[in-house]
Amino acid sequence: MKVAAVEGNMATVEAGGVRARARLDALGEPVSLGDYLLVHAGFAIRRLDPGDAQETLRLLDELLAAGDEG
Amino acid sequence: MKADQFALRDPLRGQALARALQRLAPERPVRIVHVCGTHEITISEHGLRHVLPEGVSVLEGPGCPVCVTSTVDLDRAVRLAEQGVAVCTFGDMMRVPGSRKTLDEARALGAPVHTVLSAADAVGLARKNPAQDVVFFAVGFETTAPGTAAVLLDDPPGNFSVLCSHKLIPPAVQKLVNMPGTGLDGLLAPGHVSTVIGAGAYAGLAGEHCIPVVVGGFEPLDVLYALLLLLRQVADGRAQVENAYPRAVSWEGNRQAQNLLATAFRVSDAKWRGIGEIPCSGLAVRAELSRFDAALKYDVPAVEGQEVVPGCRCADVLVARAVPSDCPLFGGECTPLTPVGPCMVGAEGACAVWHRHGERPAL
Ligand code: SF4
Repeated sequence: MKVAAVEGNMATVEAGGVRARARLDALGEPVSLGDYLLVHAGFAIRRLDPGDAQETLRLLDELLAAGDEG
Repeated sequence: MKADQFALRDPLRGQALARALQRLAPERPVRIVHVCGTHEITISEHGLRHVLPEGVSVLEGPGCPVCVTSTVDLDRAVRLAEQGVAVCTFGDMMRVPGSRKTLDEARALGAPVHTVLSAADAVGLARKNPAQDVVFFAVGFETTAPGTAAVLLDDPPGNFSVLCSHKLIPPAVQKLVNMPGTGLDGLLAPGHVSTVIGAGAYAGLAGEHCIPVVVGGFEPLDVLYALLLLLRQVADGRAQVENAYPRAVSWEGNRQAQNLLATAFRVSDAKWRGIGEIPCSGLAVRAELSRFDAALKYDVPAVEGQEVVPGCRCADVLVARAVPSDCPLFGGECTPLTPVGPCMVGAEGACAVWHRHGERPAL
Protein backbone atom coordinates (compact mmCIF):
# COMPACT_ATOMS: atom_id res chain seq x y z
CA MET A 1 0.00 0.00 0.00
CA LYS A 2 1.21 3.48 -0.86
CA VAL A 3 1.98 5.99 1.87
CA ALA A 4 -0.23 9.09 1.57
CA ALA A 5 0.59 10.73 4.89
CA VAL A 6 2.83 10.12 7.90
CA GLU A 7 2.21 11.36 11.42
CA GLY A 8 4.48 10.04 14.15
CA ASN A 9 4.29 6.25 14.16
CA MET A 10 1.15 6.21 12.06
CA ALA A 11 0.83 6.32 8.27
CA THR A 12 -2.19 6.72 6.08
CA VAL A 13 -1.83 4.24 3.25
CA GLU A 14 -3.90 3.62 0.16
CA ALA A 15 -4.30 0.95 -2.47
CA GLY A 16 -6.94 0.62 -5.17
CA GLY A 17 -8.83 3.65 -3.85
CA VAL A 18 -9.04 2.25 -0.32
CA ARG A 19 -7.46 4.18 2.52
CA ALA A 20 -6.27 2.59 5.72
CA ARG A 21 -4.11 3.42 8.71
CA ALA A 22 -0.90 1.56 9.37
CA ARG A 23 1.25 1.73 12.48
CA LEU A 24 4.95 1.99 11.83
CA ASP A 25 6.38 0.67 15.14
CA ALA A 26 7.23 -2.75 13.71
CA LEU A 27 9.05 -1.37 10.66
CA GLY A 28 12.32 -0.03 12.05
CA GLU A 29 13.09 2.31 9.19
CA PRO A 30 11.95 5.78 8.15
CA VAL A 31 9.06 6.09 5.74
CA SER A 32 8.43 8.82 3.18
CA LEU A 33 5.39 9.82 1.18
CA GLY A 34 4.95 7.61 -1.87
CA ASP A 35 6.77 4.62 -0.33
CA TYR A 36 5.10 1.23 -0.67
CA LEU A 37 4.51 -0.75 2.50
CA LEU A 38 3.58 -4.33 3.18
CA VAL A 39 0.87 -3.98 5.83
CA HIS A 40 -0.46 -6.82 7.95
CA ALA A 41 -3.29 -6.44 10.48
CA GLY A 42 -2.75 -2.69 10.71
CA PHE A 43 1.04 -2.77 11.08
CA ALA A 44 3.62 -2.18 8.35
CA ILE A 45 6.13 -5.02 8.35
CA ARG A 46 8.25 -4.11 5.34
CA ARG A 47 9.00 -1.30 2.94
CA LEU A 48 8.77 -2.51 -0.67
CA ASP A 49 10.74 -1.25 -3.61
CA PRO A 50 8.44 -1.02 -6.64
CA GLY A 51 11.32 -2.10 -8.90
CA ASP A 52 11.70 -5.40 -7.07
CA ALA A 53 9.04 -7.27 -9.01
CA GLN A 54 11.17 -6.68 -12.10
CA GLU A 55 14.05 -8.32 -10.23
CA THR A 56 11.92 -11.42 -9.59
CA LEU A 57 10.98 -11.53 -13.29
CA ARG A 58 14.61 -11.17 -14.31
CA LEU A 59 15.70 -14.06 -12.05
CA LEU A 60 12.87 -16.15 -13.37
CA ASP A 61 13.73 -15.42 -17.00
CA GLU A 62 17.35 -16.29 -16.32
CA LEU A 63 16.35 -19.57 -14.76
CA LEU A 64 14.05 -20.44 -17.66
CA ALA A 65 16.70 -19.50 -20.23
CA ALA A 66 19.29 -21.66 -18.47
CA GLY A 67 16.79 -24.54 -18.33
CA ASP A 68 16.08 -24.31 -22.07
CA GLU A 69 19.74 -24.69 -22.93
CA GLY A 70 20.23 -27.65 -20.60
CA MET B 1 2.59 -1.79 -8.26
CA LYS B 2 -0.50 -2.89 -10.15
CA ALA B 3 1.61 -3.36 -13.29
CA ASP B 4 4.01 -5.52 -11.30
CA GLN B 5 1.15 -7.65 -10.14
CA PHE B 6 0.03 -8.21 -13.72
CA ALA B 7 3.58 -9.03 -14.76
CA LEU B 8 3.67 -11.70 -12.06
CA ARG B 9 0.59 -13.26 -13.64
CA ASP B 10 2.05 -13.25 -17.15
CA PRO B 11 0.57 -16.34 -18.84
CA LEU B 12 3.52 -16.79 -21.22
CA ARG B 13 5.99 -16.99 -18.41
CA GLY B 14 3.52 -19.20 -16.56
CA GLN B 15 3.49 -21.63 -19.46
CA ALA B 16 7.28 -21.59 -19.66
CA LEU B 17 7.43 -22.36 -15.94
CA ALA B 18 4.88 -25.14 -16.36
CA ARG B 19 7.04 -26.70 -19.09
CA ALA B 20 10.15 -26.39 -16.93
CA LEU B 21 8.26 -28.04 -14.05
CA GLN B 22 7.18 -30.90 -16.30
CA ARG B 23 10.82 -31.60 -17.11
CA LEU B 24 11.41 -32.17 -13.39
CA ALA B 25 8.94 -35.06 -13.05
CA PRO B 26 10.28 -37.09 -10.12
CA GLU B 27 10.89 -40.82 -10.10
CA ARG B 28 9.05 -41.27 -6.82
CA PRO B 29 6.13 -39.35 -5.31
CA VAL B 30 7.16 -35.97 -3.92
CA ARG B 31 5.15 -34.21 -1.23
CA ILE B 32 5.59 -30.48 -0.89
CA VAL B 33 3.92 -28.79 2.05
CA HIS B 34 3.10 -25.13 2.42
CA VAL B 35 1.87 -23.52 5.61
CA CYS B 36 0.01 -20.48 4.44
CA GLY B 37 -3.64 -19.93 3.64
CA THR B 38 -2.68 -17.26 1.11
CA HIS B 39 -0.52 -19.76 -0.78
CA GLU B 40 -3.47 -22.15 -0.85
CA ILE B 41 -5.65 -19.40 -2.29
CA THR B 42 -3.16 -18.66 -5.10
CA ILE B 43 -2.68 -22.36 -5.85
CA SER B 44 -6.42 -23.13 -5.93
CA GLU B 45 -7.59 -19.94 -7.61
CA HIS B 46 -5.11 -20.29 -10.48
CA GLY B 47 -5.29 -24.08 -10.76
CA LEU B 48 -1.56 -24.41 -10.18
CA ARG B 49 -1.83 -28.03 -9.00
CA HIS B 50 -2.77 -28.98 -12.53
CA VAL B 51 0.50 -27.85 -14.09
CA LEU B 52 2.66 -29.85 -11.71
CA PRO B 53 4.35 -32.97 -13.04
CA GLU B 54 2.89 -36.33 -12.16
CA GLY B 55 3.86 -37.56 -8.72
CA VAL B 56 4.18 -34.10 -7.18
CA SER B 57 1.59 -33.07 -4.62
CA VAL B 58 1.37 -29.73 -2.84
CA LEU B 59 -0.52 -29.78 0.43
CA GLU B 60 -1.49 -27.19 2.98
CA GLY B 61 -0.22 -27.92 6.48
CA PRO B 62 -0.97 -25.94 9.64
CA GLY B 63 -1.09 -22.62 7.81
CA CYS B 64 -4.45 -21.22 8.82
CA PRO B 65 -4.05 -19.33 12.09
CA VAL B 66 -7.67 -19.45 13.20
CA CYS B 67 -7.87 -23.18 12.35
CA VAL B 68 -4.98 -24.12 14.61
CA THR B 69 -6.21 -22.03 17.54
CA SER B 70 -6.96 -24.55 20.24
CA THR B 71 -10.53 -24.81 21.53
CA VAL B 72 -9.05 -24.32 25.01
CA ASP B 73 -8.17 -20.74 24.07
CA LEU B 74 -11.31 -20.18 22.02
CA ASP B 75 -13.54 -21.43 24.84
CA ARG B 76 -11.73 -19.08 27.22
CA ALA B 77 -12.45 -16.14 24.92
CA VAL B 78 -16.13 -17.14 24.75
CA ARG B 79 -16.29 -17.44 28.53
CA LEU B 80 -14.68 -14.02 29.02
CA ALA B 81 -17.26 -12.45 26.72
CA GLU B 82 -20.05 -14.21 28.60
CA GLN B 83 -18.68 -12.66 31.80
CA GLY B 84 -19.13 -9.22 30.22
CA VAL B 85 -15.54 -8.55 29.16
CA ALA B 86 -15.40 -7.00 25.68
CA VAL B 87 -13.54 -9.52 23.53
CA CYS B 88 -11.96 -8.19 20.32
CA THR B 89 -10.58 -10.44 17.64
CA PHE B 90 -10.13 -10.78 13.89
CA GLY B 91 -13.22 -11.50 11.80
CA ASP B 92 -12.07 -14.95 10.74
CA MET B 93 -12.12 -16.14 14.34
CA MET B 94 -15.78 -15.30 14.90
CA ARG B 95 -17.35 -18.37 13.33
CA VAL B 96 -14.79 -20.98 14.32
CA PRO B 97 -16.58 -23.68 16.30
CA GLY B 98 -15.39 -23.98 19.89
CA SER B 99 -16.34 -26.88 22.10
CA ARG B 100 -19.45 -25.03 23.31
CA LYS B 101 -20.17 -22.19 20.92
CA THR B 102 -18.57 -19.72 18.52
CA LEU B 103 -17.78 -16.12 19.42
CA ASP B 104 -20.44 -15.15 16.90
CA GLU B 105 -23.05 -17.20 18.73
CA ALA B 106 -21.96 -15.67 22.04
CA ARG B 107 -22.41 -12.23 20.48
CA ALA B 108 -25.87 -13.14 19.19
CA LEU B 109 -26.79 -13.98 22.78
CA GLY B 110 -25.70 -10.52 23.88
CA ALA B 111 -22.05 -11.01 24.86
CA PRO B 112 -19.77 -8.07 23.98
CA VAL B 113 -17.70 -9.45 21.09
CA HIS B 114 -16.08 -7.09 18.58
CA THR B 115 -14.39 -7.67 15.25
CA VAL B 116 -11.20 -5.66 14.80
CA LEU B 117 -8.73 -5.28 11.96
CA SER B 118 -5.77 -4.64 14.22
CA ALA B 119 -4.61 -4.98 17.83
CA ALA B 120 -4.47 -1.18 17.86
CA ASP B 121 -8.25 -1.03 17.31
CA ALA B 122 -8.78 -3.07 20.48
CA VAL B 123 -6.62 -0.62 22.45
CA GLY B 124 -8.63 2.22 20.91
CA LEU B 125 -11.84 0.63 22.17
CA ALA B 126 -10.35 0.28 25.65
CA ARG B 127 -9.27 3.93 25.72
CA LYS B 128 -12.68 5.09 24.60
CA ASN B 129 -14.47 3.03 27.26
CA PRO B 130 -12.37 3.27 30.41
CA ALA B 131 -15.04 1.57 32.52
CA GLN B 132 -15.16 -1.47 30.25
CA ASP B 133 -12.59 -4.28 30.42
CA VAL B 134 -11.33 -5.10 26.93
CA VAL B 135 -9.44 -8.25 25.90
CA PHE B 136 -7.71 -8.67 22.58
CA PHE B 137 -7.88 -12.36 21.62
CA ALA B 138 -4.57 -12.51 19.78
CA VAL B 139 -4.31 -15.22 17.14
CA GLY B 140 -1.94 -15.51 14.22
CA PHE B 141 1.64 -16.32 13.38
CA GLU B 142 4.84 -14.27 13.32
CA THR B 143 3.28 -11.86 10.81
CA THR B 144 0.54 -10.77 13.20
CA ALA B 145 2.30 -11.04 16.55
CA PRO B 146 4.50 -7.91 16.14
CA GLY B 147 1.35 -5.77 16.13
CA THR B 148 0.22 -7.31 19.42
CA ALA B 149 3.73 -6.81 20.83
CA ALA B 150 3.74 -3.18 19.71
CA VAL B 151 0.51 -2.32 21.53
CA LEU B 152 1.63 -4.20 24.67
CA LEU B 153 4.81 -2.14 24.74
CA ASP B 154 3.07 1.14 23.94
CA ASP B 155 1.68 1.71 27.44
CA PRO B 156 -1.86 0.43 26.95
CA PRO B 157 -4.60 1.43 29.40
CA GLY B 158 -5.20 -0.68 32.53
CA ASN B 159 -8.56 -1.98 31.27
CA PHE B 160 -6.82 -3.61 28.27
CA SER B 161 -5.27 -7.08 28.20
CA VAL B 162 -4.33 -9.78 25.72
CA LEU B 163 -5.42 -13.42 25.57
CA CYS B 164 -2.37 -14.60 23.72
CA SER B 165 -2.67 -17.50 21.30
CA HIS B 166 0.07 -16.47 18.85
CA LYS B 167 1.95 -19.35 17.29
CA LEU B 168 5.27 -19.93 15.55
CA ILE B 169 5.64 -21.60 12.18
CA PRO B 170 9.11 -23.23 12.22
CA PRO B 171 8.41 -25.50 15.25
CA ALA B 172 5.15 -26.63 13.65
CA VAL B 173 6.95 -27.58 10.45
CA GLN B 174 9.55 -29.49 12.46
CA LYS B 175 6.72 -31.35 14.12
CA LEU B 176 5.39 -32.45 10.71
CA VAL B 177 8.81 -33.77 9.76
CA ASN B 178 8.69 -36.27 12.61
CA MET B 179 5.03 -37.26 12.35
CA PRO B 180 4.02 -40.59 10.86
CA GLY B 181 2.24 -40.24 7.54
CA THR B 182 3.26 -36.66 6.94
CA GLY B 183 6.73 -37.05 5.47
CA LEU B 184 7.62 -33.96 3.50
CA ASP B 185 10.07 -33.61 0.67
CA GLY B 186 10.06 -29.85 0.58
CA LEU B 187 8.66 -26.77 2.28
CA LEU B 188 7.20 -23.86 0.35
CA ALA B 189 7.84 -21.35 3.13
CA PRO B 190 5.31 -18.59 3.76
CA GLY B 191 6.16 -15.19 2.34
CA HIS B 192 4.96 -12.79 4.98
CA VAL B 193 5.82 -14.86 8.04
CA SER B 194 9.31 -14.94 6.53
CA THR B 195 9.28 -11.16 6.07
CA VAL B 196 9.38 -11.05 9.86
CA ILE B 197 11.50 -14.08 10.80
CA GLY B 198 13.78 -14.07 7.73
CA ALA B 199 14.65 -16.89 5.34
CA GLY B 200 17.49 -17.81 7.70
CA ALA B 201 14.96 -19.09 10.22
CA TYR B 202 14.63 -22.29 8.18
CA ALA B 203 18.35 -23.05 8.13
CA GLY B 204 17.93 -25.78 10.76
CA LEU B 205 15.17 -27.44 8.82
CA ALA B 206 17.32 -27.62 5.71
CA GLY B 207 20.59 -28.34 7.49
CA GLU B 208 19.56 -30.79 10.22
CA HIS B 209 16.43 -32.34 8.75
CA CYS B 210 17.58 -32.24 5.10
CA ILE B 211 14.33 -30.63 3.94
CA PRO B 212 14.58 -28.34 0.90
CA VAL B 213 13.04 -24.96 1.73
CA VAL B 214 12.06 -22.19 -0.69
CA VAL B 215 10.40 -18.99 0.49
CA GLY B 216 7.69 -18.03 -1.98
CA GLY B 217 5.52 -15.00 -2.72
CA PHE B 218 1.84 -14.98 -3.54
CA GLU B 219 1.39 -14.19 -7.21
CA PRO B 220 0.99 -17.24 -9.45
CA LEU B 221 4.46 -16.83 -10.97
CA ASP B 222 5.96 -16.44 -7.49
CA VAL B 223 4.50 -19.77 -6.46
CA LEU B 224 5.47 -21.60 -9.66
CA TYR B 225 8.98 -20.18 -9.46
CA ALA B 226 9.31 -21.35 -5.84
CA LEU B 227 7.98 -24.82 -6.74
CA LEU B 228 10.47 -25.02 -9.61
CA LEU B 229 13.34 -24.24 -7.23
CA LEU B 230 12.02 -26.87 -4.80
CA LEU B 231 11.76 -29.58 -7.45
CA ARG B 232 15.26 -28.75 -8.63
CA GLN B 233 16.58 -29.25 -5.12
CA VAL B 234 14.74 -32.56 -4.90
CA ALA B 235 16.11 -33.65 -8.28
CA ASP B 236 19.67 -32.63 -7.32
CA GLY B 237 19.40 -34.20 -3.87
CA ARG B 238 20.12 -30.81 -2.24
CA ALA B 239 18.51 -29.40 0.90
CA GLN B 240 19.05 -25.70 1.37
CA VAL B 241 17.11 -22.52 1.96
CA GLU B 242 16.42 -20.48 -1.17
CA ASN B 243 14.55 -17.21 -1.30
CA ALA B 244 12.20 -16.83 -4.26
CA TYR B 245 10.57 -13.77 -2.72
CA PRO B 246 13.47 -11.38 -2.20
CA ARG B 247 11.30 -8.33 -2.78
CA ALA B 248 9.63 -8.90 0.59
CA VAL B 249 11.94 -11.27 2.46
CA SER B 250 15.56 -10.95 3.55
CA TRP B 251 17.80 -13.54 5.18
CA GLU B 252 17.68 -11.81 8.59
CA GLY B 253 14.05 -10.72 8.46
CA ASN B 254 12.61 -7.65 10.14
CA ARG B 255 14.88 -7.02 13.13
CA GLN B 256 12.62 -4.36 14.60
CA ALA B 257 9.63 -6.73 14.58
CA GLN B 258 11.79 -9.50 16.07
CA ASN B 259 12.87 -7.15 18.88
CA LEU B 260 9.26 -6.28 19.64
CA LEU B 261 8.41 -9.98 19.84
CA ALA B 262 11.35 -10.74 22.11
CA THR B 263 10.54 -7.81 24.41
CA ALA B 264 6.82 -8.47 24.81
CA PHE B 265 6.70 -12.26 24.68
CA ARG B 266 8.48 -15.38 25.80
CA VAL B 267 8.43 -18.58 23.78
CA SER B 268 6.16 -21.22 25.31
CA ASP B 269 4.80 -24.64 24.53
CA ALA B 270 1.49 -24.32 22.73
CA LYS B 271 -1.46 -26.47 21.87
CA TRP B 272 -2.41 -26.59 18.20
CA ARG B 273 -5.90 -27.64 17.27
CA GLY B 274 -5.97 -31.13 15.81
CA ILE B 275 -2.21 -31.51 16.30
CA GLY B 276 -1.70 -31.25 20.04
CA GLU B 277 1.06 -29.71 22.09
CA ILE B 278 4.16 -28.59 20.19
CA PRO B 279 7.19 -27.59 22.27
CA CYS B 280 8.34 -23.97 21.98
CA SER B 281 5.73 -23.17 19.33
CA GLY B 282 3.80 -20.38 20.99
CA LEU B 283 4.19 -16.90 22.42
CA ALA B 284 3.11 -15.93 25.93
CA VAL B 285 3.06 -12.45 27.48
CA ARG B 286 6.27 -11.81 29.43
CA ALA B 287 6.11 -11.68 33.22
CA GLU B 288 6.97 -7.95 33.29
CA LEU B 289 3.78 -7.30 31.34
CA SER B 290 1.65 -9.78 33.27
CA ARG B 291 -0.90 -7.11 34.20
CA PHE B 292 -1.87 -7.17 30.51
CA ASP B 293 -2.06 -10.97 30.37
CA ALA B 294 -5.75 -11.89 30.29
CA ALA B 295 -4.94 -15.50 31.17
CA LEU B 296 -3.65 -14.28 34.58
CA LYS B 297 -5.95 -11.31 35.05
CA TYR B 298 -9.21 -13.24 34.80
CA ASP B 299 -10.37 -16.46 36.29
CA VAL B 300 -10.95 -18.40 33.09
CA PRO B 301 -9.24 -21.73 33.60
CA ALA B 302 -7.93 -23.65 30.62
CA VAL B 303 -10.41 -26.49 30.21
CA GLU B 304 -9.75 -29.25 27.74
CA GLY B 305 -12.61 -29.41 25.28
CA GLN B 306 -13.34 -31.32 22.15
CA GLU B 307 -10.89 -30.11 19.51
CA VAL B 308 -12.35 -31.84 16.49
CA VAL B 309 -15.85 -33.28 16.22
CA PRO B 310 -16.19 -36.92 15.16
CA GLY B 311 -16.23 -37.28 11.39
CA CYS B 312 -14.33 -34.02 10.72
CA ARG B 313 -10.89 -34.67 9.26
CA CYS B 314 -9.35 -31.31 10.15
CA ALA B 315 -6.78 -33.08 12.32
CA ASP B 316 -5.45 -34.77 9.17
CA VAL B 317 -5.97 -31.77 6.90
CA LEU B 318 -3.98 -29.54 9.28
CA VAL B 319 -0.93 -31.80 9.11
CA ALA B 320 -1.16 -32.38 5.35
CA ARG B 321 -2.13 -36.03 5.85
CA ALA B 322 -5.40 -35.53 3.96
CA VAL B 323 -6.84 -33.03 1.51
CA PRO B 324 -10.26 -31.50 2.16
CA SER B 325 -12.04 -33.64 -0.42
CA ASP B 326 -10.94 -36.74 1.51
CA CYS B 327 -13.43 -35.74 4.20
CA PRO B 328 -16.87 -37.36 3.77
CA LEU B 329 -18.53 -34.22 5.15
CA PHE B 330 -16.83 -31.86 2.65
CA GLY B 331 -19.37 -29.90 0.64
CA GLY B 332 -22.29 -31.87 2.10
CA GLU B 333 -22.86 -31.45 5.78
CA CYS B 334 -19.88 -29.09 5.98
CA THR B 335 -19.89 -25.91 3.87
CA PRO B 336 -18.72 -22.34 4.51
CA LEU B 337 -22.27 -21.51 5.64
CA THR B 338 -22.50 -24.53 7.93
CA PRO B 339 -18.91 -25.21 9.01
CA VAL B 340 -18.43 -28.38 11.02
CA GLY B 341 -14.70 -27.98 11.57
CA PRO B 342 -12.36 -25.00 11.81
CA CYS B 343 -10.85 -25.60 8.35
CA MET B 344 -14.15 -24.65 6.70
CA VAL B 345 -14.14 -21.18 8.29
CA GLY B 346 -12.51 -18.00 7.17
CA ALA B 347 -10.49 -16.99 4.19
CA GLU B 348 -7.54 -19.28 4.85
CA GLY B 349 -8.90 -22.62 6.00
CA ALA B 350 -7.98 -25.32 3.50
CA CYS B 351 -11.53 -26.69 3.29
CA ALA B 352 -13.00 -23.21 2.84
CA VAL B 353 -10.52 -22.40 0.05
CA TRP B 354 -11.16 -25.72 -1.73
CA HIS B 355 -14.89 -25.23 -1.44
CA ARG B 356 -14.72 -21.70 -2.82
CA HIS B 357 -12.54 -22.59 -5.81
CA GLY B 358 -13.89 -26.04 -6.60
CA GLU B 359 -10.40 -27.40 -5.97
CA ARG B 360 -9.75 -31.12 -6.12
CA PRO B 361 -6.60 -33.18 -6.01
CA ALA B 362 -4.58 -33.13 -9.24
CA LEU B 363 -5.18 -36.34 -11.17
S1 SF4 C 1 -14.75 -30.54 5.29
FE1 SF4 C 1 -15.49 -29.75 7.27
S2 SF4 C 1 -15.69 -31.55 8.54
FE2 SF4 C 1 -14.39 -32.12 6.82
S3 SF4 C 1 -12.29 -31.75 7.48
FE3 SF4 C 1 -12.99 -29.89 6.49
S4 SF4 C 1 -13.78 -28.64 8.14
FE4 SF4 C 1 -13.64 -30.72 8.95
